[in-house]
Amino acid sequence: MARMKFICDPNRCIECNGCVTACKNANDVPWGVNRRRVVTLNDGVPGERSISVACMHCSDAPCMAVCPVDCFVRSDDGVVLHDKDQCIGCGYCLYACPFGAPQFPQAGAFGARGKMDKCTFCQGGPGKGSEEAQYNKYGQNRIAEGKLPLCAEMCSTKALLAGDGEVISNIFRERVTVRGKGAEVVGWATAYGAPGGPKSGAAPAPTEGKK
Amino acid sequence: MMWTVRKSGVGLAALLCAVALTACGDKKVTVYEQGKYSGAPVAAPWDSPQYGGKQAQWETTLEARTAGQNDYSRIPAR
Repeated sequence: MARMKFICDPNRCIECNGCVTACKNANDVPWGVNRRRVVTLNDGVPGERSISVACMHCSDAPCMAVCPVDCFVRSDDGVVLHDKDQCIGCGYCLYACPFGAPQFPQAGAFGARGKMDKCTFCQGGPGKGSEEAQYNKYGQNRIAEGKLPLCAEMCSTKALLAGDGEVISNIFRERVTVRGKGAEVVGWATAYGAPGGPKSGAAPAPTEGKK
Repeated sequence: MMWTVRKSGVGLAALLCAVALTACGDKKVTVYEQGKYSGAPVAAPWDSPQYGGKQAQWETTLEARTAGQNDYSRIPAR
């Protein structure tokens, strides 16, 4: 069984925001809510890097752990979904998520929050109902049509890959092998600093010719 | 004699303090248990009108589509 994941290749992302636009358009995401966004590190500095971020559908999701009403569920193919009929809009998941994926629409005056909204891997949501009601609540269900999330399918440089974790990590591995660099841009050492290496947030060192 | 007793008393007190403070260094272990999902069931993606429950067919389609993201399979790398 496939285990659905996203990978963004920072060496290919050109910060075009095509994925953000595709997501907004495909799922009719309301104004002020961004299920996906492009984050640029060291913006304007030579060697800047951009990555497209949304819900990463964690294998051990912190949002699931903290939800007081247990409205999160992992589907058979590893996608983290949530039932909007159960969500109370408390915002715990927002604080728990390391990627800032949960989004809350402004439902009214005085900063009142609506029910949480996040990337569904274009897989709709739990429950049954009319197709229109499900679409209004969660957006498109492209996975049931045998398609991948629109953000990845629309990515012009194929920086954003979506699908079975094993397949997309093989694609990324092949890229790194062919171009001889790029693996060091993502990962633990880059985010938090390697022992004896540059601190996190520092501009990446040139890697040309490095093995 | 008195000096030796006092010295050993201080030593014992220091040892007791060290033992007592060792417990303060222990990290609290929180045992976490996932709650029971309270929402509606999630339909399997292959239970759609397009696939009609044919899981194998859905998996083959999706795998081919995922592998199709590899541009080196279309344009071989030099």
